Amino acid sequence: MLRIENLSAWYGEARVLREVSLEVAAGEVVTLVGRNGAGKSTLLRCVMGLHPGQSGAISLDGRDVTRLPAHRRARLGLGWVPDDRGAYASLTVTENLTLPPRVGPDPWSLERVYEAFPALHLRRDSPATKLSGGEQQMLALARVLRMGARLLLCDEPTEGLSPLLVQQVGDLLREAKKHGVTVLLVEQNLHFATGVADRHYLLAEGRVVEAMDNSEVRSRERELLAYLGI
Amino acid sequence: MTGFLQHTFDGLVNGAFYALLALGLAVIFGMLRVVNFAHGAFYMLGAMGAYVLLAEFGVPFWWALVIMPVVLGVLGMALERAFVHRLARLDPLYNFLLTFGLVLILQDLVKSRYGVQSIPYATPESLGGSVDLGIFDFPTYRVFVLGFAVAICVAVWWALTHSRVGMVVRAATERPELTRAFGINVGRWVTPVFGFGIALAGLAGVLAAPMRAVNPLMGADLIIVVFAVVVIGGLGSIFGSVAAGFGIGLIQAWGVVYLADWPILSQTLVFIVMAAVLLWRPAGLFGREEAPA
Repeated sequence: MLRIENLSAWYGEARVLREVSLEVAAGEVVTLVGRNGAGKSTLLRCVMGLHPGQSGAISLDGRDVTRLPAHRRARLGLGWVPDDRGAYASLTVTENLTLPPRVGPDPWSLERVYEAFPALHLRRDSPATKLSGGEQQMLALARVLRMGARLLLCDEPTEGLSPLLVQQVGDLLREAKKHGVTVLLVEQNLHFATGVADRHYLLAEGRVVEAMDNSEVRSRERELLAYLGI
Repeated sequence: MTGFLQHTFDGLVNGAFYALLALGLAVIFGMLRVVNFAHGAFYMLGAMGAYVLLAEFGVPFWWALVIMPVVLGVLGMALERAFVHRLARLDPLYNFLLTFGLVLILQDLVKSRYGVQSIPYATPESLGGSVDLGIFDFPTYRVFVLGFAVAICVAVWWALTHSRVGMVVRAATERPELTRAFGINVGRWVTPVFGFGIALAGLAGVLAAPMRAVNPLMGADLIIVVFAVVVIGGLGSIFGSVAAGFGIGLIQAWGVVYLADWPILSQTLVFIVMAAVLLWRPAGLFGREEAPA
């Protein structure tokens, strides 16, 4: 579904990604793990089309999207779940949910979203930034599901959440996967990552240094945790 | 008491012009992050245009009220496409200089053709005379201006809060990059929003023609106060700019009467208020601190 070839990216003079190549198949959940500054978030931004300084090629369903602006990529089915959760203060909760156009074959209806997230329904007419951190994260995920996005790009969706909410995010991603949604996930929480993902890429200093499956991550958990500094 | 009410009404009428101009500046700043220094010049063109339409072509006030905003709105869109757009990626100072240069050109063009003398523009017949508002009589035209401006402000507010276009404009104003990531072509909305802001300035100009001195410098005198209004309301805040527009109109009208013995104070009152507001709330009364991109 997603294919990245020799992707390099810069912030000014600083090179943050070096010739990264990876693939995500349709229906897969794949995580990017690595230390802070390894280039994980930049990689997601490149896929979304939000990072201007880059070289290499990105293709979606075999179509080269390297030169496509972000809004066109979104319309091809990319769902953006940013690390700051992307809640608009000047839009109500309902408006936050309905802002993106429907792009996929199987978008959630607003009713379904509110059934799954009663807390959002209760606050549907409030500005989205009045929601708690956890509710804002649910809003960010619900928004891309309502779009019907086929490939979710999630930047640390569990960061700062209580264990209960982390579990809820996990349930949601598994549910989406069951319906054929593909997910590329930046994640520091290895336990969470092995619970939802099929495969993992370890990034270090802008390179993919290892590709691992769940059993490998589990058996090397201590080593990896020590490496990630958690 | 009657005097007080009369000054209050005068203040609201003046505030109506501030509100219309500040509203246009606010939508333009919100969407483009451009401080349009030429806003006052387009207000002047609205008034001059109404005069030219009447004097040269016999086109009456009511038609001018429709024609000038449309003409200037289209001109504004062309300006955005041809110049403002190209400078958008650079330091905001470039667009500031561009629009400031435009003021000088537009003012001088009008000056070279019509001179600097104020030109009289007759009040439309249907709005002549005065209406009895119970406690005192008020010129009908001023009552019309106030009502019309309030209706426009309410309509714009309603469109921004209740329509899909309004939602997109709010989202793009707050987080342009994020909004693109949600599949919305933000760039497509920039030109019409700029044109719309300019059209509002032109509309205010036509409204001003029958009650203000029409001359090439009429916008330059006004726009300085309007900038203060926008800063007080909060840069980019639609509601703030309208509320501050009427508020400053009132404060000025009261200041002129009740601070008559201290002319220096009454003339600088707006800027004293602005400084006080900025010390108290640096982002303005209804402004939000800029969120990170």
